[in-house]
Amino acid sequence: MFVESRQPLINFRLDPRTGLAPYRQLVDQVRQAVSLGLLHPGDRLPSVREVVTQVTINPNTVHRAYRELEHEGVVEGRSGLGTFVTASASSRVTAEDRAVLLEELREWVGRAHRAGLDGDAIAALVAVAVLPEDIVAL
Amino acid sequence: MSEAVAALETIGLGKRYGRRWGLRDCSVRLPAGRIAALVGPNGAGKSTLLRMAAGITRPSAGEVRVFGHSPQRQTVDVLRKIGYLDQERPLYRAFRVGQMLRFGERLNPNWDAMAAHGYLSELGIPGNAKVGKLSVGQQAQVAMAMCLAKQPALLLLDEPLAALDPVAREGLMHLLLGSVADGQTTVLLSSHAIADLATVCDYIIILSASRVLIADDLDYVLASHRLLVGSSQGASHAPAGVVVVARTSSERQIELLVRVEQPVTDPTWRVIEPTLEEIVLAYLREQSTGTLSEVRAGESVEGQQR
Repeated sequence: MFVESRQPLINFRLDPRTGLAPYRQLVDQVRQAVSLGLLHPGDRLPSVREVVTQVTINPNTVHRAYRELEHEGVVEGRSGLGTFVTASASSRVTAEDRAVLLEELREWVGRAHRAGLDGDAIAALVAVAVLPEDIVAL
Repeated sequence: MSEAVAALETIGLGKRYGRRWGLRDCSVRLPAGRIAALVGPNGAGKSTLLRMAAGITRPSAGEVRVFGHSPQRQTVDVLRKIGYLDQERPLYRAFRVGQMLRFGERLNPNWDAMAAHGYLSELGIPGNAKVGKLSVGQQAQVAMAMCLAKQPALLLLDEPLAALDPVAREGLMHLLLGSVADGQTTVLLSSHAIADLATVCDYIIILSASRVLIADDLDYVLASHRLLVGSSQGASHAPAGVVVVARTSSERQIELLVRVEQPVTDPTWRVIEPTLEEIVLAYLREQSTGTLSEVRAGESVEGQQR
């Protein structure tokens, strides 16, 4: 029998200010944890029960987020055992790619500063930029 | 999916108290496995609906079915599937917690004694504590734990969060959610804490003045409502294809909460995705001021002004 006594590897949090659907926030947080190296291939995600006793969220939303991550190949479900980070997940974005993207982002942030935007205004723009275009109206 | 038996279905359900209708013409269909929020002002009929669903009161009109059966007839089989938590959280105050649990075990053939003890030990409530000496939050937790230990297929919770502080609210929600995490239990809970419910529920029923205003999937409700902001000069007509639910205006701006079937592309309006709270409040406010008249496409918004 699988024992859930250990601490979950990551903690989720929901931010009502982002306007992002809760399941989207969970998906993003797992992806981010994988790309930052907080979660390694073979790591088990918290069980649905663990998540809903930690953040106040509908269990179906957690299932949906995990299904989406499975669909993307970030995690895989093993029946009766839980949901695990796949071997391919972390290698999808290489360290070099990430470094290049970060460098480009820094350049862009520099331009935004020179254009007179402060940190909050930049964060707001980034939040808009990651949303699908059809629901955004500036 | 729609062929599957609903956890709760009401057809033209009504309850009359003397001359006054406590609930009227209520038709809702709650699919199994959902967590549904029941919202509305005090006196809207929320408790009346829950009590009829629990088989405690008899309808004056229409029908209520729980997994296809009337909770008023075929009583034993149906009632075993229902867990009902009254807003008064009835407990025997002179009992000790352990005695309450044994009492529950005697009365309920499906009782999960392991789970009941597990909940309470996790919450740090000792079995020998007198119920009457517990805090309000702990009493709520004991009442909820008793309800969950019955392993109901349909949980009816009347204001389970009322009178609880934020920490106790969170604890109670986590107790509930952890217990229904396998998706086998359908939950219908009434509450005023709409912002708290937005992440918890996947179905919403809005009641006002004894009538159902909305009963639908939360995702659909969120997707089919938009907040439109326009200038008072430019935007005198609602865009084609929308139904205006509520309207507020200032000197320079008009704000419409509308029901939409397609994306609004009219450039005179700024389109915002409303939160659940904004949608619920828009419906309830318009209902309470008696102006919930639906403006059809192309009708003058100005004509709505009072």
